[in-house]
Amino acid sequence: MTDVTGPTGTPQQPASGEPAPQDYRGSGRRRRLSPQEALVMAQKVRRVELAISLVLRIGVVVSVVIIAAGLVVMLAHHADYLAIRGPVSYETLTSTSTPFPHSFATLWHSIAQGEGQGIILLGVLTLILTPVLRVAVGVLSFVYEKDTPMALVTLLVLALLVGSFFLAGA
Amino acid sequence: MTPFDFVASVALISVAAGVLGSLIGLGGGVVIVPVLTLIYHVDIRLAIGASIVSVIATSSGAAAAYVRERMTNLRAGMFLELATVTGAVSGAYLTTVFPTRVLFLVFGLVLAYSSFTTFRRRHADVPLTVSNDRIANYFNLHGSYYDQAEQQEIPYKVVHTKLGLALMYVAGLVSALLGIGSGALKVPAMDSAMHLPMKVSSATSNFMIGVTAAASATVYFVRGQIDPIIAAPVAIGVLLGATVGARVLGRVASRTVRLVFVVVLVVISLEMLQKGILP
Repeated sequence: MTDVTGPTGTPQQPASGEPAPQDYRGSGRRRRLSPQEALVMAQKVRRVELAISLVLRIGVVVSVVIIAAGLVVMLAHHADYLAIRGPVSYETLTSTSTPFPHSFATLWHSIAQGEGQGIILLGVLTLILTPVLRVAVGVLSFVYEKDTPMALVTLLVLALLVGSFFLAGA
Repeated sequence: MTPFDFVASVALISVAAGVLGSLIGLGGGVVIVPVLTLIYHVDIRLAIGASIVSVIATSSGAAAAYVRERMTNLRAGMFLELATVTGAVSGAYLTTVFPTRVLFLVFGLVLAYSSFTTFRRRHADVPLTVSNDRIANYFNLHGSYYDQAEQQEIPYKVVHTKLGLALMYVAGLVSALLGIGSGALKVPAMDSAMHLPMKVSSATSNFMIGVTAAASATVYFVRGQIDPIIAAPVAIGVLLGATVGARVLGRVASRTVRLVFVVVLVVISLEMLQKGILP
């Protein structure tokens, strides 16, 4: 498992011996780029990295805000939850018989009623969708880099993810 | 203990889970599941639902920083996601096929072996400069990162992509079946099998586990395993922790990351073996 090189394949990368400074994270192209092209490519790759980072950051911030708002609403509606010592035990909320939404229909209903737990779950779903959105941005990035093989691979991942959402039948 | 105490204490523990999870690329589930079941006596099904949420939170929270700092190998990560997502989707529908006890036993042994191979590489952790791997060359999965601890740019080549793909499939499958452990196989797959540097393996695993978890998360939601009062403090705490943890990885030595990872992996594998032997 830890031997150094694989037996398969032929050395087909002429660039592998001499890493030029701009060439470090090469393009997806199978021919070697001119220094000019490599520079443009490096800038594109950097822009893609920043875009993906931004998507993740936005997803995370939006979901934290929604979840925190849901918690506040939940605690505001149930003043007895707020006590440090009190008769209400958290166990009534964390047992398998605790009612909380687990389909989109009941979730919308719960949110429409202004229930804290519905708002929290909306935030959690936003969090779950963040990586999916990141994959979608990945597809666009590889199209932008004109890297067809990687764009196809990422598109397939996206299709599987979207498929898994429908298969779940929420 | 009132609901407020529960939310506050779980959020604090989740911060620690987020720091650890983002540092070694495992997600917060390693800490969250035992804490919820053993200390708070939460049902295992709800604890696993919370664990899935914590994995996505760790992944997205830390990856935002890792990608920007070029610690993640984006191409390798997105390429390998194909295998891990396929594994996760198939696993979500195979839950009834395999007896859980056998799975815990088999996976416990696999992880024990992985922790051994990861530990063995502690002296030989030198990045490769050539690769004959046809897939890695075609998709150009090789990369380079700036190591803050060593203060230099470190280029590396990727090998054994096929083995990596196979291990990623298993990682996705197991995470969907057992709700835990997707990162525990991803890091050794990239470090020991594909020869990515340890820190890149951790950051890239971290990048990928969110997508693996998202593929099975909707199923958990529909099955009613995502309890809002558990998910809320876990998500917020882990996100905070992961943001902090992502600042740490760049600065610590690869060796430290590797040793912390090995220790956690040994703990997980013992935990799984125990569940397989004494249910």
